[in-house]
Parts: sequence; structure tokens; C-alpha cells
Amino acid sequence: MFGLDKRDTTLFLFVVAITLLAPFLLNPFPTESALAQFNAGYPDLMQRFVIFGIFAIGFNILFGLTGYLSFGHAAFLGVGSYAAVWMFKLLSFNIIPAIALSIIVAGVFSLAIGYVCLRRSGIYFSILTLAFAQMSFAMAYSVLSNPSFNLTNGETGLQVYASDPQYLKGDGPDLTHLFGLEMNATKTLELGAWEFQFNTGFYVCAVFMIFAFYIAMRIFRSPFGLMLRAIKTNQTRLNYTGINSRPYTLAAFVISGMYAGLAGGLLAATDPLAGAERMQWTASGEVVLMTILGGAGTLLGPILGAAFIKYFENIFSKINDTVLHSWFSFMPESIDNFLVAIIHPFVGKGWHLTLGLMFMLIVIFLPGGLVDGGQRIWNRITGRSRTQNEPVADPKPAE
Amino acid sequence: MSKFEFTRRGLIKSGAAVGAGLAMPTILSRPAFSYTNEPKGGTVTLGFNVPQTGPYADEGNDELLAQTLAVEHLNGEGDGGCLATFSSKALKGNGILGKKVQFVTGDTQTKSDAARASAKSMIEKDGAIMINGGSSSGVAVAVQGLCQEAGVIFMAGLTHANDTTGKDRKANGFRHFFNAYMSGAALAPVLAKEMGADRRAYHLTADYNWGWTQEESIKASTEALGWETVNTVKTPLASTDFSSYIAPVINAGADVLVLNHYGGNMVNSLTNAIQFGLLDKAVNGKDFKIVVPLYSELMAAGAGDNIKGVLGSMNYNWQLENEGSKAFVKSFGEKHGRPPSNSAQTCYAQVLLYADACERAGTFNPCGVVEALEGFEFDGLGNGPTSYRKEDHQCFKDVLVVRGAQNPTTKFDTLEIVEITPVSQVTYPPNHPMFGGDEATLGKCNPGA
Amino acid sequence: MDAFFLQVLNGLDKGSAYALIALGLTLIFGTLGVVNFAHGALFMVGAFVAVTLQRVLNLSIVTLDPDKKDFLGNPLQIQTPYVEAWFGEAAGQAIINWSVPLAILAAIPIMLLIGYVMERGLIRHFYKRPHADQILVTFGLAIVMQEIVKAIFGANPIQTPAPDVLAGVWNLGAWLGLSLPYPSWRIVYFVFAAIIISGVFAFLQFTTFGMVVRAGMADRETVGLLGINIDRRFTLMFGVAAAVAGLAGVMYTPINPPNYHWGMDFLVLSFVVVVVGGMGSLPGAVLAGFLLGILESFASTTWATTTVPGINQIIIYLVAIIILLARPRGLMGRKGVMEE
Repeated sequence: MFGLDKRDTTLFLFVVAITLLAPFLLNPFPTESALAQFNAGYPDLMQRFVIFGIFAIGFNILFGLTGYLSFGHAAFLGVGSYAAVWMFKLLSFNIIPAIALSIIVAGVFSLAIGYVCLRRSGIYFSILTLAFAQMSFAMAYSVLSNPSFNLTNGETGLQVYASDPQYLKGDGPDLTHLFGLEMNATKTLELGAWEFQFNTGFYVCAVFMIFAFYIAMRIFRSPFGLMLRAIKTNQTRLNYTGINSRPYTLAAFVISGMYAGLAGGLLAATDPLAGAERMQWTASGEVVLMTILGGAGTLLGPILGAAFIKYFENIFSKINDTVLHSWFSFMPESIDNFLVAIIHPFVGKGWHLTLGLMFMLIVIFLPGGLVDGGQRIWNRITGRSRTQNEPVADPKPAE
Repeated sequence: MSKFEFTRRGLIKSGAAVGAGLAMPTILSRPAFSYTNEPKGGTVTLGFNVPQTGPYADEGNDELLAQTLAVEHLNGEGDGGCLATFSSKALKGNGILGKKVQFVTGDTQTKSDAARASAKSMIEKDGAIMINGGSSSGVAVAVQGLCQEAGVIFMAGLTHANDTTGKDRKANGFRHFFNAYMSGAALAPVLAKEMGADRRAYHLTADYNWGWTQEESIKASTEALGWETVNTVKTPLASTDFSSYIAPVINAGADVLVLNHYGGNMVNSLTNAIQFGLLDKAVNGKDFKIVVPLYSELMAAGAGDNIKGVLGSMNYNWQLENEGSKAFVKSFGEKHGRPPSNSAQTCYAQVLLYADACERAGTFNPCGVVEALEGFEFDGLGNGPTSYRKEDHQCFKDVLVVRGAQNPTTKFDTLEIVEITPVSQVTYPPNHPMFGGDEATLGKCNPGA
Repeated sequence: MDAFFLQVLNGLDKGSAYALIALGLTLIFGTLGVVNFAHGALFMVGAFVAVTLQRVLNLSIVTLDPDKKDFLGNPLQIQTPYVEAWFGEAAGQAIINWSVPLAILAAIPIMLLIGYVMERGLIRHFYKRPHADQILVTFGLAIVMQEIVKAIFGANPIQTPAPDVLAGVWNLGAWLGLSLPYPSWRIVYFVFAAIIISGVFAFLQFTTFGMVVRAGMADRETVGLLGINIDRRFTLMFGVAAAVAGLAGVMYTPINPPNYHWGMDFLVLSFVVVVVGGMGSLPGAVLAGFLLGILESFASTTWATTTVPGINQIIIYLVAIIILLARPRGLMGRKGVMEE
């Protein structure tokens, strides 16, 4: 189906299913229960899951296939966001022109940066991309936001004001929308003790992600994808066979830059504010971590990695002592206090600590990332040994 | 191979079950509420959005402690704090409008994106009816915009840039903290009195929005008193070492250094300035002086001995001797073993003010709350008589000019109050050019839903 | 003219910190082939060794003074540090005053130990793993280290002043007829950095141990085949790199008060320095450190920022790009190191 083989079709349909059913899957706990704290099925976080999923899928096309480790991809996400918000400011709140422009601008931006950076390889390439991204960040944060030439609105972030022209707005909505369909509209389904939220913005982003995933899949399976893998395996040998690998890496770089631009555009579409810190090296580092954590070079990995990190950031940071006490309140007070004292350093303001520990544990015990872990569990359940499932000689990455 | 056997009876039974299952779910779209997150049960949820990671984590923690304390007092627990001293007597210590107050917390990370994400999660997931706190103007403006769209009340924490209630003012947003203009207006006369009217100032300014507005404000008010501005230099936010910005000051012919820095930037730039011996110098026949327009207790702690004699301004200081301040300091101090910071006081006061506004409006509806807060005059929360101006939702109250104490007795009184500048001196028209001029409007209150 | 020399001094000072961190980082690259994202965190941990020592020396006997009141109206607590009680007030205060230099003595064994444990316990298992895995695990470790420090010491910067004798200003250029007042501790820092850097170079250049390590950096397999346990020496070099980073941190605390986030602040910069210097080259790292430090200082002058607005924000990255485009392997990089 869709030009995919059987295994890939299954995987694709699986991704479609979990994406579309996310509002159910992410809200497994009844709303009033103590465990509802762990529910992630509210619009903003679901949107972030899929948007950063797109970002990581794109990054993986470059890093997972060619092995070129870019430390500056957040810059493309950032310019994508700025482009989208400028479209909101100039045209209207319709997201289509905004997203189109954000992909184009990110594409052009990545073409220019990629053309320069790809003259070097290895860590030299990484540092070049980092340098360009940090320069973009510094420019956006202060230089390009001075009162006389305010392109980015600096620290506060670029946003739409009532005084902006919005030439095509007419009497359209005052919020981001897809041809009148408001992005922040949410329907709530109450099923017994459960509550599920269906948000337009999420589904719009989800459709984009499914599409992005499909394209990535086709790239992975195409001759072009094979060429990219060859670059990762042994670029020198490839060069000796008379193939100029630069156009291929540059194409991969631009494609992943456009993915980042799409993610940036969608971020702006769901929340029309673009801040400079989206371009900072920590943001670039985050997508690297997402990809490695999920499993670089695998199709599903980046999405899992993105969801994992965003989940920690948004769910664990909100667990405070009051919440902890509510979990353990059924126990005697001394045990309650003891347990709270033990867990306290790892949640709330300590969520970074948990994240760092998880990074270490995952990379130590699951060398192939989360996908590898999932596969091991699957093999354990089905009783298949690893070698049967994935012959060593087969260079296909695990999904 | 399993076998299904269909019987008529079984089919009817399962059919009925499916029918019942289909009938049960009710699909609601948000407009079931008359405003966003209308509290339906016996509780009401407030959202406390403060930095818990990053450089301002300690300040965020202090805000969180104060907010938690406020919730206790609202629910009638603890010693009641400022409920007894508050001039409005609408709060009875039985929650808000009879509903018990709960709260959720989030981490702004001092980043606009993360702050909005965490505010959204409180609104969408936890049903928070208002968002309170924060420790940066960029974040405050970003979250204020979000709350306006979502239809909840936003009460900014520590935000000092003019823009928050200037060109970025919003109907659903309120600020208790003072701003850069007020700092300038309060500081300038004291500076002129202590240092003379013919000083030459050199500004180092953090290169982002807040830094610029503060530089603009201080420059305007000192120049109005006869000072000359020798140079204004922008320093990158990411700077950790300010030596290359401090060194040129030595030979610039300036005799006052104004540090428009906050947090870690200020701690480092002040430390570097002292290292280079600026305070030991005499230029133009006058002793060299350093001014830090915006002080906070944590910055003072971080700068250690370096702040001795350095002037600045604050929104509140625990050493204020009024009844409200004493009640709050006692309540906070007995619980946490140290006096509250000025951002803690702001966050505490705002929770009480919000609750009080709900009681007086008789509803949680943001538009009702906005109406109750606009033009509201009160006392007894620590700052003395205060009012929320209707036109821009900025609080007007006395501003403190403080100085690093020469001989502090404990680590808590490292700052001493030099002067309490009366509110009349720091008041400005709502259409002041530094605050967006005539173009700036609040817009309309948005109840959401 | 004075201003020019002052900026050179500032540059040398910044450069000292960059060079010290980059030196350790490139040592780890060169010997173990590991991308150590926790190296900035080691610098930060070193700084907090100084903070800890300061805290320890300030441990106090608490007595209540009923005549004075604290902010709640309770009797005021008077704190007398144990060292003052034991050694007399003057000697005790002198010891506390010298806590940063004393911290150097404490930091050397502590950092060597941390480096050793890190290498044996964690990094060792990642030699054969892809660089991506190394980045993830060391980044995770860096986060864990900084969060532990934050949990203990908080997020606010902590003053750790230099001894009074070294806290003033020296007029360096007096004998040149110039007015160059410069903070004495910054001069101390520069001299200290010079000593450490030459120490590391001398160690590698003039000892048999160093010779073997250099040989191992050039060709690990061959040295191994010669029957030398190169791994053990590399482990020690990891410890040395950690100690260099840690000492750089200890000595930096009086210049700027440390906070838990220091590691991340210096991490990116030190990577840029190492790569600009060229992978696997120790002199390259030192040279690049000083070069970028000095350029950064000059870019901060009013003259530079009015000529090119915002140059102070981007100078380091701009220079890095230019150098890497002009010289494929940085200033002094070796072929084939981390290029795949």
C-alpha cells in the first residue's frame, strides 16, 4: 500500500493509528484520580509531541542516514516560526500561507548554511552548524530587535498586534485558523470518569506529521536514501568510486531543514508567538538528544524520543509536594513524609535531574535507543531471538 | 481457531450493551462553560507559573513558597497572614466564594516558549482559572498574551520592563510590581541629593528589551536633573565576564556607573566593577559611584560584600514597618526561617488581591474580576496604600530606594532602606511615550469559552 | 593606548579560562577519542570545591545573643566559625580568607578521583560506541552533576572572594609609563594558567609517561602491541584533564561568583575553542583559547560595536566559521581525528 512493502505498511498504519488515537492513548487515567497527573492528553502537549516529532523525523533524515551531526538545526525551526508569524502579521491568521512560507524560508536558509558547512565533515561540520545557529540566535535575541529595525521582537518574542496590517484578514477570525477552522477549538468527550480532548490544532499537526513520516519513510527506502547510508558507512570509498557525495548530503540537509521549518511554522500556527530561545544551542541539542534517545537511523525512534523529552519537561515539572502528598496520603504520615522526601528531588524543580538520569540509563542499557528497548521487549514476548528478527548482514535499521 | 456462536438472545444482549455504551458519552465543546475553566465543584484551581530551573530558580522557589502561603491563608489555615491587615474585608478564610483553593505549579524555565507551554497545560489540563508569578519581563509579556487569548486572569510576578503594562498591556493582565520608569523617577532625586547634580554617568545595559527600557528610563530621569550620560554600552545577555566592558569605564571620564543588569548578569558585572577598583577611584574630583537601579534580595546575596554602599530601588523590602508588612514577614519567616523577598511579596499579594476581587465581584468570571480590580484602592498587604490603575492595570504605590548596608548584622539585612519615594513622584500618564503612547490599549477583557 | 593594553589583558584572562578547559577537552579527544559533554560540568564542580571549602571553613558555633533581635524578634544567633574558635580570631579569619587558594590543594585529589571514577565507571564502556552515544551519556551526566550541585547550593551565584592581599588592583604598566590598573587576582589567574599549561606540556614532552601517552595518541594499536598498557595511562590522562578543568574552576571563582549553570555556559564555548584549535592538538587548543579570548575582548569595545553592530555577540562564532573554512582542520588539527 502507498508504495510501501508489507512491513512498512504495517508500521505506517501503526503510526497513523497511534497518532489519531492519541487523545485516548495519552489519557489513560480518570480525570479525578491521583494518577491523572500523568495524563498527557491535553491539546498543548499533544501538539508539542507531533510538532517536535516532525522536527526529529527531519533531523533523523540528515543525522540518522548520513551521520552528519548538525548542532544548529534549531535555527531552521526558529526562522520557520518567525516567517510564519510575519505572515500572520502581514496577511491573515490563515495558517496555510504561514506554513508554506516557513518551509520555504527554512529551506533557503538551510541551503545557504548547508552549502557552507558541508565543506567540512565530522566534528568540524558540527561546530560550523553550531556557530551559524548561535549567531542566528544572538542576532534574533538582540541585534535584529532594535527599535529601528525590529524583525524578531527579541526577548519578548514576535507576536501579532491589533495594529498589524493583516491585509487579507477581512473579517476572518482573530485566532490562527485553517480556512475558518480555529486551531484552538477543542471538543471534550466525557466517558464515565474519563475526559478526552479533541483539538483542531492537534489534528492539523497530526496530519502534517503523518505526511512527514510517510515522506521520511519513502526517503529511507529510496535509492537516494541508500546513497545517504553509503555516505554514513564510508564516504571516502564512495568518493573513490567517482560519486560526488556533496549534492546528496546537501539535499538531505535542506530536506531536514525544511522539516524543521515546518515544525517551526506549526509551532507558530498553534501558538502565534516566536521567541528567540527556540534557536539557542540548547534547542539544537534537544533535537539531537531526541533522535539519539529514540534511536538514530530508525523511523519510529525520533518520534518516541521527542515525545519522551517533551513528556518529562511538561509532566514531571508540574509534580509538586502537594501532589506527592495527595498520592501517599492514605499511608501513615511518617511514611508519607518519607516517600515525599525521597521523590521530591526528582520531580518539580528537579525534573532536569530525572531527565539526565534517564538519558544515562537509556544509553547505557539500550544502546539502540528506545526503539531498541521496545524491540527487545517485543522479542521477549514473541520469544524470537534478536538474530532471527534482524539478520546481522542486513543493513536495514530496526524499526 | 475459535468459534463464534450467534444466538438471538446473545445478539440482543450485546446489542443492548453497545447501545447503552453509545448513549453514555456526552460530547461537550467548551462553550458549556460561561467562561474558561468555570469552577464547577467545591474547589477552584490557581496556576502558579514560576522559574524552577535555570538561573532564576531560587527566585521562583521563593515566589512559590509565598503563593503556597497565600493559599493556606485563603483556606483559613496558618496564622492568616495579611488577611487581618488587608483593607478589604471580603475574604473570610473560607477559600474563594466558598470554594476551597487548590493550586498547580509549573516551570517557566525563564523562556517564553516553555512558560507558555506550562501555562497552557495548567489551563487546558488542570483547569486553572488564573496564572500568577514569573521572573522575567519577556516571559510576563508572553504569558500575558496567552492568558488574554485563553480567557483567564494573569497576574505578573517579577517583571520590571515598562512594556508589560506599556505597549504590551492586556485587559486580562495585572501587574503589582513596579517598573523601570518608577525606578528612574524614584532614584534620580536620591542620586542627585547624594552625588550632586553634575555627575557623568556611564551605562552598561543588558542587551534585551528590559535592559533597554530601564536604560531609557534612568537616562531620562537623571538627565532631567542635570546629569550627563557619557556612554551607553549594550552587553550580551550570555556574558559571563564583564571585564572587557568594565575596563573602558576607567578612562571614560565618567564618575558614575549604572548597571542595567539583572540576576547573574548584575552579580557578575558588579563583582567585576569592584575588582577593577572603580569604587576606590576619584574622577572629576568626585568619588566614583555605582548604581544598580533594580535590586533583589537574591542578587544582593549573590553579590555579597560588593553591594556595600551601592544604591538601587525595590518594589518592597521586608524591613518596611507597616502592619501588612509585619504580618506577612512574621507569617513567612516563621514558616521558612528567613524573611521574604520582594518578588515573594508581590506574588503573595497578587493571590490575595485576585481572591478578594473574585469575592467582591461575586464571580470568577475574568471580566468581573477585571472590573473589580480596575481602580481598586487597598492597603495592608505590605506596600502601604496602593491602587490598580484602570487604564493600564499597573499598581501605583511608594517605591523604595535602598542601599547595600555597610555593616549588616545578619545575612538578611544586607540592604537598607534609604528613602520611601511617595507614589505621587513616580506616577506617569497612561499614554506616556515610554509606555506605548496613545496607541497602547488594554483591549477588551476576554472571558474565553 | 592604555585601553588597548587593558583589552589585551582582558583577552589573555578570558583566554586563560578557555585554554584551560579546552586543553583538558582536547586531551580527552586525543587520548580516548571520546566527546565529553561533561567537561564543562567538571569545571563547575571544581568551582564548587572552592565553595564547599568556604562553607566548611565557615561552619560555626551558634550562640544566642539575647540583647539583639533577629527579624522575627527572637534572640539573634551569633555565629563563630570553628576555625576562629580553634586558632584564634586572627588566624581563623586568615584561613577563611585564603579559602580559594586552599581549595586548590583540595581540588587536585578530588578532581583526579572524580576523573578516575568517571572514566572507569562510565566512559570506558563507551570507547567502542558511536560518538552519538557518547554525547548522550556525557550530556546526561553533565545534567546530573549540575542538578546535584543545584540541589545542594541553590541556583543563585555564590561569592567566593580572593584573599584580601590579592583582591586589589595592581598597576602593571607603571614602569612603562602607562596607567594599567588591573585586578590582581586576574593576573594571578593568568600566571596560574600559564603554569598549568606549561606543566601539562612538560609532562607530556619530557617524561617517559608523557612520551608513551603521545605515542598512544598517534597510534594506539601499535603502542598496545608493544606490550604497554596504554589504557591505564589514558585513564590517568582523563584524571589529569578533569583536574585541569577543576583547577580552572577553582581559580575562576573569585573572578566571577560560581553558579550551578557554569558548566553549560562554558561547554559550547570550549568545544568551539577545541575545534578551532584543531582536533587532537594541544598547542592548537591553547592558541585558539587565547586568540578567541582576545578577539572577544576587542569586539566588546565601543569602537567595534559601533562599526559593526552586534559584533560582540557573534565574534567567537564568526571567527570559528572563518578559520574552519580557511583551514579545514582548524589551526593545528591532525588529519583524520573526529572527521568521520
